[in-house]
Amino acid sequence: MNGKSSKKKVNYAKWGYIFILPFFVTFFIFSFIPLVDTIRYSFFEYYRSGLKEIGPNFVGVHNYKELFTTDLPKYASNTFILWIIGFVPQIIVSLLLAAWFTDARLKIRGKQFFKVVIYLPNLIMAAAFSMLFFTLFSDSGPINSFLVDHGIVDGPIRFMATVGGTRGLIGLMNFLMWFGSTTIMLMAAVMGINPSLFEAAELDGCTHRQIFFKITLPLIKPVLGYTLITSMIGGLQMFDVPQILTGGAGTPDRTSMTLIMYLNSHLSSKNYGMAGALSVCLFIVSAVLCFFVYKMMNSNDLDGSKAAAKKAKRERRGAKAS
Amino acid sequence: MKLKKSTVREIIVHVVLAFLAILCLFFFYILIVNATRTHLDLQKGFSFLPGSNFMANLKNVLNDANIPILYGIGNSLLVSAGCAALSTYFSAMTAYGLYAYDFKLKKPAFAFIMMILVMPTQVCALGFLRLVTGMHLNDTLVPLIVPAIAAPSVFYFMYSYMQSALPMELVEAARIDGTGEFRTFNSIVIPIMKPAVAVQAIFSFVTSWNNYFVPALVITSKKKQTLPIMIASLRSADFLKFDMGKVYMLILIAIVPIILVYLFLSRYIIEGVALGGVKE
Repeated sequence: MNGKSSKKKVNYAKWGYIFILPFFVTFFIFSFIPLVDTIRYSFFEYYRSGLKEIGPNFVGVHNYKELFTTDLPKYASNTFILWIIGFVPQIIVSLLLAAWFTDARLKIRGKQFFKVVIYLPNLIMAAAFSMLFFTLFSDSGPINSFLVDHGIVDGPIRFMATVGGTRGLIGLMNFLMWFGSTTIMLMAAVMGINPSLFEAAELDGCTHRQIFFKITLPLIKPVLGYTLITSMIGGLQMFDVPQILTGGAGTPDRTSMTLIMYLNSHLSSKNYGMAGALSVCLFIVSAVLCFFVYKMMNSNDLDGSKAAAKKAKRERRGAKAS
Repeated sequence: MKLKKSTVREIIVHVVLAFLAILCLFFFYILIVNATRTHLDLQKGFSFLPGSNFMANLKNVLNDANIPILYGIGNSLLVSAGCAALSTYFSAMTAYGLYAYDFKLKKPAFAFIMMILVMPTQVCALGFLRLVTGMHLNDTLVPLIVPAIAAPSVFYFMYSYMQSALPMELVEAARIDGTGEFRTFNSIVIPIMKPAVAVQAIFSFVTSWNNYFVPALVITSKKKQTLPIMIASLRSADFLKFDMGKVYMLILIAIVPIILVYLFLSRYIIEGVALGGVKE
């Protein structure tokens, strides 16, 4: 022991542990133990049939087999389709708006107002937003009565009875809720680009299109990657909007049933074995996505400068070798 | 007359922006209009103009024994305020622990939090539900509040903010003055972190105000329900028999507090989004 020095110096290391203790204790109790428990139950037959509780009996990977041979592939593809319908317009519109908002030559009136308005839907309770859409687009709702009254359609459009209608509405809601947030993040990324690059491009007579595709887009690639991955994680968790819009049934014919809605129905009916197996599958996918986020955050290189430097170094080395 | 190319571009930009802004606001406008109309009016058809039934609808919602809305508002406020307070205070504390001190497990601890930064909470919902039942905390608000102590994304924001705003010399000066470590944190670090705490408090408040998945699993009795569960219960009730004026009013009550907060603090919130880059 360094007895001599400890008389002079206070040992501060223990304070570090004390300060981070509440976080880790809470995480251990409310996340880690539940996760282990979830994984354990995924190997058991444990459900309720009427009032009778069956199990827990150890059944190995039987739950996983059942999951993959029955509904999981269908719900996974539903979730993916619903995510894509919202994400593609979201990223296109956000890129366009981010480029416009940061363009110094473009005079936009009420820029702050537009920013405030497009971010607003992100803060709205998804459950309430979805309920609002359900009432507005129902067969006798305001949208239909407007369309019929003005002779635009002959009879009410039954939005929620068609696959495209339901998925379209969910996609529209996801788009509205997230494009503002993505725009603001991409704007921050574009504003991080060295302005002299844009000035030089302008002096050389580049068009807006050239500047966007040759300068802006390549330089914000890391942020775009980050947006893509976090949006995928968000998409994987999609629940509130389709759950409320379809009353938990994923109508029509379970084509808008997402993975978390499936998990929710297993949890509500107390089918713990299947819920566990499904949770583990979700955990594995999330862990892969989390790893990507971890790599991106850790490299601390969201503007891409370090990666570019590394590439240049590699190329130099390659030139030497040849 | 020939328009300049840049003028044409400006016009296109403004048209697109106006279209998007109308798209964002249209649904809320219809919501507000419909919340002021009677059930009969609503069935007759669509209108862009508000009615005069606002107070009656509000009264009907407040007096409906099936939807104890005042309990809903109270529960939602309690849970959201609790989450905001716990997640900001303890995240600042965790961030300070990893920022200001050197210890053996510092790096692994930081790496671990970064690894679970965007991990969905749903994956351990099964175990969480069983744990809560085992602790006899099901159908209480406690399991909706206490886990907020471990909020990785709030931690990350606090840590980044600390790196730019908290010089270690300040902490050392406090130590020389003989201030205890906890006192230093509470009376020097927290005041410096105020802007970050404010932004993250708003975000956690909104997130938990809107949270539906976990509360719906934990809460079973009517008087413990938060607002999202009440709205969901409207959906599963026999919808067509419902007074539609009441339905719109309930939705309005659920989103108005957030919109009001946003209107006052929008600048800080938007700055926070640009800074944080971490969404849940």
